[in-house]
Amino acid sequence: MSSASKKAIQALAETISKKVEHFNKKEVECLIWKFNALLEAQKHSDGSVSGLDRNQFKVVLHNLFEMTDDFIMDRVFRIFDKDNDGFVTVEEWIQGLSVHFWGTLDEQKKYCFHMYDLKGSGFITRDDIFLLLKDSFHLRLEEEGREDDYQDEQDEINELMEIVLKKMDHDKDGRLSFQDFEKSVKKEELLLEAFGSCLPNFRTKKKFEQQVLEKQQDE
Amino acid sequence: MGVSLSKAAQWTTFSPDASKLKSSPTNEALLKEILTFVEQIGSQHPQEADFTFEAPLQWSTTVVTSDLKSDYHIRDSTARSHETDSREAPPPPLLTPSTVRVRSLGQLSMLIQAAEDKKLEEVQACLEGNRDFLVKILGPRIASQLLEDGAYADVESLKEDVKDEASEIKARLVALLQNTDTRILRKLLRDFSDAQYDPDFMKVEMDFLQFCSEGDDRLLKSVRYTSDFEFWNGCRAPPWRQAQGEICYVVIESVDTGSLNVTCCTAGVFLNGGGNPEEDGGCIRTSEMYPDLVTLMKRRSSYFALNVVREEPYPPSTQRSRQSASQFHGSRKLEPRWSDLLLSAGGGEEERKPRRSSAEEKKRLEPGTRSKIKAELSVSSSPVRLTSLTKKTSSKATLAELSSETSSESEEEEERPEHRPESDFYLSSEFLQIKKLVKYLKKGDQKVTLLMLCCMLDLDLTQDSCNLAIRDEGGLQFLLNLLDTNEDKCKIGALKILIRMSRCVPIQRSMEDMLGVRSLVNNLDSEVTKVKALAAETIANVANFPRARRTVRQSGGIEKLIKLLDCFLKSQKKSDHSENMEAARCGALALWSCSRSTKNKKAICSAGGIPLLGCLLTSSLESMLIPVVGTLQECASEESSRITIQSKDIIKNLVKNLRSNCTDLQIQCSMALFKCAEDTETRDLVRKYKGLKLLVELLNNTNNKELLAAATGAIWKCSISIENVLIFQNDKVLESLAGLLTAQPEEVLINVAGALTEFLQVPANKAVIRKCDGIKPMIQLLLSTNQALLVNVTKAVGACATDRENMKIIDELDGISLLWSLLQNPNPEVQASAAWAICPCIGNSKDAMRTVLSFQGFGRIPNLLMSTNNEVLASICAVIAKLAKYKNILATLTDLGIVSLLTKLTNTKDDRLRHHLSDAICHCCQFANNTASFGEAGAVEPLVRYMKSEDILVRQSATMALFQLSWDPNNNLTMLSRGAVKRLIPMIGSTLEEVQEAAACCVRNIRMTAMECRKAS
Repeated sequence: MSSASKKAIQALAETISKKVEHFNKKEVECLIWKFNALLEAQKHSDGSVSGLDRNQFKVVLHNLFEMTDDFIMDRVFRIFDKDNDGFVTVEEWIQGLSVHFWGTLDEQKKYCFHMYDLKGSGFITRDDIFLLLKDSFHLRLEEEGREDDYQDEQDEINELMEIVLKKMDHDKDGRLSFQDFEKSVKKEELLLEAFGSCLPNFRTKKKFEQQVLEKQQDE
Repeated sequence: MGVSLSKAAQWTTFSPDASKLKSSPTNEALLKEILTFVEQIGSQHPQEADFTFEAPLQWSTTVVTSDLKSDYHIRDSTARSHETDSREAPPPPLLTPSTVRVRSLGQLSMLIQAAEDKKLEEVQACLEGNRDFLVKILGPRIASQLLEDGAYADVESLKEDVKDEASEIKARLVALLQNTDTRILRKLLRDFSDAQYDPDFMKVEMDFLQFCSEGDDRLLKSVRYTSDFEFWNGCRAPPWRQAQGEICYVVIESVDTGSLNVTCCTAGVFLNGGGNPEEDGGCIRTSEMYPDLVTLMKRRSSYFALNVVREEPYPPSTQRSRQSASQFHGSRKLEPRWSDLLLSAGGGEEERKPRRSSAEEKKRLEPGTRSKIKAELSVSSSPVRLTSLTKKTSSKATLAELSSETSSESEEEEERPEHRPESDFYLSSEFLQIKKLVKYLKKGDQKVTLLMLCCMLDLDLTQDSCNLAIRDEGGLQFLLNLLDTNEDKCKIGALKILIRMSRCVPIQRSMEDMLGVRSLVNNLDSEVTKVKALAAETIANVANFPRARRTVRQSGGIEKLIKLLDCFLKSQKKSDHSENMEAARCGALALWSCSRSTKNKKAICSAGGIPLLGCLLTSSLESMLIPVVGTLQECASEESSRITIQSKDIIKNLVKNLRSNCTDLQIQCSMALFKCAEDTETRDLVRKYKGLKLLVELLNNTNNKELLAAATGAIWKCSISIENVLIFQNDKVLESLAGLLTAQPEEVLINVAGALTEFLQVPANKAVIRKCDGIKPMIQLLLSTNQALLVNVTKAVGACATDRENMKIIDELDGISLLWSLLQNPNPEVQASAAWAICPCIGNSKDAMRTVLSFQGFGRIPNLLMSTNNEVLASICAVIAKLAKYKNILATLTDLGIVSLLTKLTNTKDDRLRHHLSDAICHCCQFANNTASFGEAGAVEPLVRYMKSEDILVRQSATMALFQLSWDPNNNLTMLSRGAVKRLIPMIGSTLEEVQEAAACCVRNIRMTAMECRKAS
């Protein structure tokens, strides 16, 4: 790579690292390298892209963070893609990862709440929970797929929902406000990812550190 | 009729006519076989038939001359064969009235044929008359080779060996005999109709056990025979072992106790050492006999027992076990078998053959037996391979029927009845909630599982009923299964629940039974520190009972836990410090739990855990220090670990932590010092680091009995060093201790009494104890029933009694009779320490003699002199030495046969006993003609031997005893001949005047006797 583009990247890193909290300049640089490499892989279809499209982004999530839940991956894309233009730009990429990766508990609480608040209503409603949990029994639906079973399935999901609301809906208004969510997580940290894993786990985090942040620094 | 045949008949062993064959089916069959062989030999093997025996076979016969046909010359009543003997020696008289001699198999054949309807009897008579017939036929050399040298690979090599010394025919004869032997043996393979345990039943059991070792929820790891070859009779043991009733050998690998080598025999099954059954002594019995394999497994593998026994209903069973057992009881007498015949090594080679050769026979017979087994098994196992769940229940059922007789008694001791939840619990909303949660826990995907785990944490897991309900709904197993996955978040959730559940005792057992402990141990290597910590904490709870502790050790848990400590110590500066510290704390907790098992203590020590624990002692965190010191304290009861613990730094830190405000920590530290201060250096270190004062301060906590027990223990052990006693005395510890002699639990009293004994070694303290009224409570404690306490208290009383003023008090309180009555205590330690305490009492009390006389206590002395415990013997000898000073008591003792009792003890090598024994003998000589009696009983010679002892005390008291004995001339002669003079002369130079005089006088007495003897002759 030419020294000019190297310089450009360094300059970009300089500006971005001022905007994000949890990465230093070196790390931001690494992330830009990684982003460019990912973009490279996508380019062949369309020459003039400004960022990762939805599909490519989901592939990245799958490869880097071993995420498998399509629904959740869609949500992650939506959150990364702040301007809703269908692409994750380099800045969005780094800002997203900053929370996703190194965010404080408070940041991550917001991030996750956002993730589960499907309609952006400021609450995780029953409908949201239903959508988030409905696939949890899908294996059985595929196997049998009969009407009765479908009904059972509905009942079970409803029952499950009641259990969850009982646990997390502290103000008993039938939906989870951010305060409800925060309170629950405070009591039990595991509830942070209550409705689907959307953060890197211990292993993928370590892997990412090694593969992206540390390795490229050495170069 | 080769080798084993010579033994293959059953000889009556215990009857007067010892060399008769028993009349038994085996023997009968045997005789028939031999008869057929002999009858046919003339026609089938003419050459071999003509071979001349080395020596004739000779026996008394019923065949009379007239029975013989024209082949024999009849001369008077003596018949002679007209076959020409190849050796040109005149053929020996074949037949004289009632005895017959036979020189070849041909002759034998003819003779037997002549016996007509008594052929069998004739063969029997022949065998009975010639039990060494092989020697007679083949000569001693070959016969003994055949019998004893199992090394011959086959007949061929033997043939070659024979060639150089005898004819080809002889070799062929050997081969012929061996083949016949093999053939006959094969036919005689055992018939099992009379056995308690038989191959059929064994197969049913094996099929069942193999069935138990399949699938995910298997109860056993593997089950296999050691040999794939099966004889037609269903046995797999080599024939010569079958002869001893053995059926087959099995290796069963259990889930929890490793692999077991089992021998099945007709009397039942037992564990063997795991050697090669084909070798002699290869499979030695190492356990008791169990009626069947399932019973054995239930006793040996608690996991198996727990999972298999619980089923109560016995389905309409095959009833085999009962049936065969009752058969067995009916026919206790052992039917004739091969066994008695086939005793020695004879087998080696020729018996290996039937295995090969009978393979065809086996094929023919097997279908029958097989189908029979199938039929039996189909009841139990075949329909249940469908799912693992049903499999388990039905395997239980089969088990129940197989083990119907023994299941009740084979319930594990540790299996206590579980507290079942109240029945209305099952109606409670809580139970419904549990049911729901567990249902979704199992049903949903990872995300739902995580949610459910979080919800389960809200349950009241301190209640046994909740925990048991979770288990019974299958939740526990599911939680444990989560530990084997990669989902760290689910693991953390599961572990958080498991930590709480594992405080419930029945759950601990279930977790171990479900192989949970192993999974927990595996998680100690997790990359996630939090998982490690939680797993360790769960282990700390589960390792509450021995089996779980063993599993932790066996699955390498101790090393991993120690690694947690290491990680923490190495990561001091990193960012994850606090996480690692938590892991180390949990690791220490787990080690503490585990260290309650002796083997784990050793494991911790050998894995290098002690120094690491020592490093952690510098921590300032109580929650860390308590388990660390606790572990050290537990390990300190193991001598090998104690040496490592007794290092400077560890003792220093232990002393330092005595200052802590936390009582639990103080308890653990004091306990550790209690155990370590057995060693002089440690006692000095405690003094050096000013720990003595701290220990004394702990005595003020009279409310916390545990702390008090630990502190008094540490004081006791520290006071073994006299320097420490002096320091303690500055703080008036003796007074405090005396105050603790009343109204304290036994643990405290034991230590207080122990400490007092040490304090009283300082003469000044003897007055102190009197002044602070310590004697009275001590004497009252002599009425206790706690053995350890009695040992210490008697010692303390003994120490008091060395002072005359104290003795007065003891007398007033009737202490002597209390001590005397303790001689009747069954515990030898108590006996000995009571006797030691009595000694000073006798010396210091004017009333002692009267007390003892009125008490009639010596009845006990002869019994005590028969004790096997040297300490008891020595102490009683000391008492006798004291008592013997009183003439009338000595008279009574003499009547009780004290002389011969003491003499019997003289063979001992124990110097302490020798010393007191010599004293006792010395003092007992004072009465009547005891001196001569000792000589007659043979006490002089051993006493002379004592003079060679390295222990000066022994030599001194032996000198004194010899001097007393030398008043009898006969004794002097013995001494003279045993070289006593040479050894007595150095004693004249003793530092003790008494001894000098005794040695000199003794020599003089010997000399006088010698002179008189010379004069007389």
